[in-house]
Amino acid sequence: MIHGASPQSDPAQPRLADAQASGAGGADEPLLEADGLALRVGERWLCCEFSLRLGPGECLVLLGPNGAGKTTLLHTLAGLRAPTVGAVRLAGKPYAQWEAGEAARFRGLLGQQQPDHFSSTVLETVLVGRHPHLGRWGWEGAEDHAAARAALAAVGLAGMEARDILTLSGGERQRVAIAALLAQAPRLFLLDEPTNHLDLRYQIAVLELFARLAREGHGVVMVLHDLALAARFADHVILLDGRGGVTAGARDAVLRPELLSRAFDHPIRRIEADGNVLFMPE
Amino acid sequence: MMTDRRRLLGIVIGLLCISLLAIAWALSAGNVPVSPAKLVGALFGSAEGMEADVIRHLRLPRAVAVFVSGGLLATAGALMQVLLRNPLADPYVLGISGGAAVGALAAMLAGLAPWLVDGAAFAGALTAMLVVFGLAHGDGSWTQTRLLLTGVIVAAGCGAVITLMLALAPDTRLQSMLFWLMGDASGASRPWPALAVLIAGFALVMPFARDLNVLARGELAARALGVRVERLRYLLYGLASLFTAVSVTLVGSVGFVGLVVPHLVRFVVGNDQRVLVPAALLAGGTLLTVADTAARTVMAPVQLPVGVLTAMIGVPVFLFLLSRHPRGTMGA
Repeated sequence: MIHGASPQSDPAQPRLADAQASGAGGADEPLLEADGLALRVGERWLCCEFSLRLGPGECLVLLGPNGAGKTTLLHTLAGLRAPTVGAVRLAGKPYAQWEAGEAARFRGLLGQQQPDHFSSTVLETVLVGRHPHLGRWGWEGAEDHAAARAALAAVGLAGMEARDILTLSGGERQRVAIAALLAQAPRLFLLDEPTNHLDLRYQIAVLELFARLAREGHGVVMVLHDLALAARFADHVILLDGRGGVTAGARDAVLRPELLSRAFDHPIRRIEADGNVLFMPE
Repeated sequence: MMTDRRRLLGIVIGLLCISLLAIAWALSAGNVPVSPAKLVGALFGSAEGMEADVIRHLRLPRAVAVFVSGGLLATAGALMQVLLRNPLADPYVLGISGGAAVGALAAMLAGLAPWLVDGAAFAGALTAMLVVFGLAHGDGSWTQTRLLLTGVIVAAGCGAVITLMLALAPDTRLQSMLFWLMGDASGASRPWPALAVLIAGFALVMPFARDLNVLARGELAARALGVRVERLRYLLYGLASLFTAVSVTLVGSVGFVGLVVPHLVRFVVGNDQRVLVPAALLAGGTLLTVADTAARTVMAPVQLPVGVLTAMIGVPVFLFLLSRHPRGTMGA
């Protein structure tokens, strides 16, 4: 029913639901499902109909060129905008049936940018993540402070609690945002470019952190730009080509040089070294 | 931790004491000085005589009016800064005071009675509020940039009309019009409805104080954390506008309080809105009470416009606090 979709929108291509059926966690109730999802912004279709099913323990990476609609798709999966076509379900329930605070305890979103206009301490900023766990008149208690401090320690910012967020470097600010998300403690993490502003060490550390959370039964969906990191951390990949075409499936079925080259409109070579996969632009 | 609640209680009690001292000064200072004992007698006892009359019928309504106006403006400023996520936002930035001034000055130009001037000011403020809201909300989307731009343009339009009216005004009316524009509490005799608005509005916004903290982190983060952003914005816009309209109607467009008091308070107590909003309310009331008392006593019998005094007290205090803080404290 989507017109003008690209040639890649082949109905025979693997869907995540199929790819995932045999994988670990397939028997568990899915954390996130999308059926026949299609998104349109203005007159432009960002992705044609596709479906996905994400169970506990799984990591899904969204890839695609600039402006392809990765963030729009992520926000749709977070329930912050309605899909043009199709349905999104969180733990089997459409977002419309979730109370906003209840949904915020189940899924958390890391935004691509952290707009700061007023000074605030690092600890206060991380404690904002506890908001959905507190009642209308509640104040952050000892356990909320403990959660916030543990989250800061997890991203290597222990001891920075009293710093003003306006004085932080870009990478430190990004890790504060990640700590706030960890303090929120959702089952499902939706991450928009979590490695933004991070140096090499923290890119790996942060992705390892979310990989560990996935192994512990959380779900992770993230937008990445680095194909090698996607190859290293993804179980499933959704590749948007910027022309409405979507390729969704298991990691190795999607991270193929010919598919990537077409989506990014640039020749890309796949290199294996010491068991790791690298992608090199020609 | 309970220490947070205790800290809030400490700050509020401390500011309440300072507020009461400021009001006591406002009631006792003037060309009929009143001793503390007589002040208590006039307020709570059945003291008779000129002093008691002066306190009950002149100084008390005026002190309440300026305190309430200061509280309204500072609270409106704090809410506007969260709504527009802009440290430079103040209660007047969206054109509400401009609309009120157009209404009030037109009524003065026509020679209407003072209560009609008040009515015209309030009607002007509400008109400006509805116009800005209608235009900014026209296509259903509602970004703070669009709201800010619409408000600034409406304010500029009002400014042109005000200048035109001042140019056309006869000399006999010019001084009272200029005093109204600078803020003038000498005619404020019925402050009690404004006090009711302040208390009701405060009670309405405090349950959402932690939501304001979340909204300050950005709209997307707030929505992802379960804050109903649309509803919260309507509440903020409606309350801040109403507070501004009521204050401007009561004492004219007193400048400075709504912009600077939230920042002053933020320097001292931090940016947790659960503490900031009540602290700004009390600090704004205190600043305006002190400024108004100074305005009518320092050069007595000449009465200065209170807006001049708020700036003269606030600017040095603000610059002093700013200089003690490292870079970045004022925001981007």
